[in-house]
Amino acid sequence: MDEKDLLLLRLLEENSRLSPDELAIMAEITGEEVQCRIAALEEAKIIRSYTTIIDWERAANGEVAAIIELKVNPERDYGYDRIADRLANFREVKALRLVTGVYDLQLHVTGKTMQDVARFVSEYIAPMDRIRETATHIIMKTYKENGQNFCEKEPGERLPYSL
Amino acid sequence: MRDFVSRRARVIPPSGIRKFFDLALTMEEVISLGVGEPDFCTPWNLCEASIYSIEQGGTSYTPNRGIQPLREAVSHWLSSHYGVNYNPDTEMIITTGVSEGLDIAIRAVTDPGDELIVAEPSYVSYSPCVTLAGGIPIPVECLEKDHFKLRADCLMEAISPKTKAIIINFPNNPTGAVMRREDLMAISDVVIDHDLLLISDEVYSELTYTGTHASAAAIEGMQERTILLNGFSKAYAMTGWRIGYLCAPRELCDAALKIHQYVMLCAPAMGQVAALEGLRRGEEEKDRMVQEYRVRRNLFVEGLNRIGLPCHLPEGAFYAFPSVDNTGLSDLEFAERLLKDEHVAVVPGSVLGQGGKNHLRCAYAVSRKDLAEAIKRMAHFIATNSH
Repeated sequence: MDEKDLLLLRLLEENSRLSPDELAIMAEITGEEVQCRIAALEEAKIIRSYTTIIDWERAANGEVAAIIELKVNPERDYGYDRIADRLANFREVKALRLVTGVYDLQLHVTGKTMQDVARFVSEYIAPMDRIRETATHIIMKTYKENGQNFCEKEPGERLPYSL
Repeated sequence: MRDFVSRRARVIPPSGIRKFFDLALTMEEVISLGVGEPDFCTPWNLCEASIYSIEQGGTSYTPNRGIQPLREAVSHWLSSHYGVNYNPDTEMIITTGVSEGLDIAIRAVTDPGDELIVAEPSYVSYSPCVTLAGGIPIPVECLEKDHFKLRADCLMEAISPKTKAIIINFPNNPTGAVMRREDLMAISDVVIDHDLLLISDEVYSELTYTGTHASAAAIEGMQERTILLNGFSKAYAMTGWRIGYLCAPRELCDAALKIHQYVMLCAPAMGQVAALEGLRRGEEEKDRMVQEYRVRRNLFVEGLNRIGLPCHLPEGAFYAFPSVDNTGLSDLEFAERLLKDEHVAVVPGSVLGQGGKNHLRCAYAVSRKDLAEAIKRMAHFIATNSH
């Protein structure tokens, strides 16, 4: 990883639709080199996938999202890893992190309705061995996601000319 | 009734782009590459620091020189970044933008009839400020074939027995030219040999894309004869806050301070707090913006060359300075018709002094999307207007 790799990652993170030719101009390298570097970053699993940030509230598909916190008894030899692996397999779990503080694991879960989310937690998550406590927080509004500010804000007006 | 307007105020020229400005204001969906300021908002931690200071009642005058922690931070920053050492208590003034620093620097050194050499093309304020101070501005042209660097032999030709100082601005507005250490050394030899003063406006110093900025004051023998001007507007996206600084040997600084305390008193208190936060915790955000300008520069300059507006790769600031020679139009015609026909605003180089003729100043401090659209519209314009 060098400066050019970091620049490519930053550019792709912001807009994964940039073509190798565009990236080449931006990063002051050749198109071929861009392709080699990206292939290497994919190979190394530094680039995990190319995705799109969607404001689902705006898309009005009615999906409900929740943050779920779990207190978990860690397992000898495995710590939190095995239970985390089981949780991560659920399609409903969009993100999963081990965190410091009162709770151990934090899940980002989505479902079609609030009942769906509640059922998922009570039927699948809460009864799992080693899970001592759950706290479910329904997301009411997303203000910012992956560095993207969802709040509508007109940029301040600039003069057409200034020298 | 008498004509009350002073002769000095009468002789300085009005803005060369007034009519463009008025025209642009009447138009819809203008993409403006005419703006000499960052399109980013000031990083939020700088705003927060300032808001907090206002909440705490920090709304009074500050010391004339500026708040002590900011001067100390600037002093430390200049030393660690550019290898120049200024005493924050005796050799520095926090000014209301670099504009004020420039004005008080010129007034502190200019007697009636003194000649001050201005390296052009340049920012439009230098010559009028010299005139208002009673001096005579003498332009010296930086040539395109030298990538708009100032050459020592060109400078020599402009020197007369009346020459007192030279005003330079690198990285340069409008050309994006950068003077490397060796370029500055050639200039410094001339300055020292002729016992002149250098006024160096380095407000774009952090927008240097290859290598690091060389400060004129860091050249051997130059600090004692340099007034260094810099500020926060460009690097920290803080144009509206009006915070700059002037650094100079004590005697010159004292003279400038007298003018500063009579005409300005102090720079805005809340802006000084934001600037201090910038130096303490704003470096990463600043670097992010600089990296984005560099990416935009690469895209935009490639686009200009592709559509037939030859442009050297500017090494600093956020301006591209393409030539319109190939189009058969003058820069003024090109800029006016481009605005009318395609709603793209650029600054005709003619208004930026000698050497600016038949060039356009295009600020690429706009989003990549707008830059791409501007290139598209300019290509369309060239296709319909070239002969």
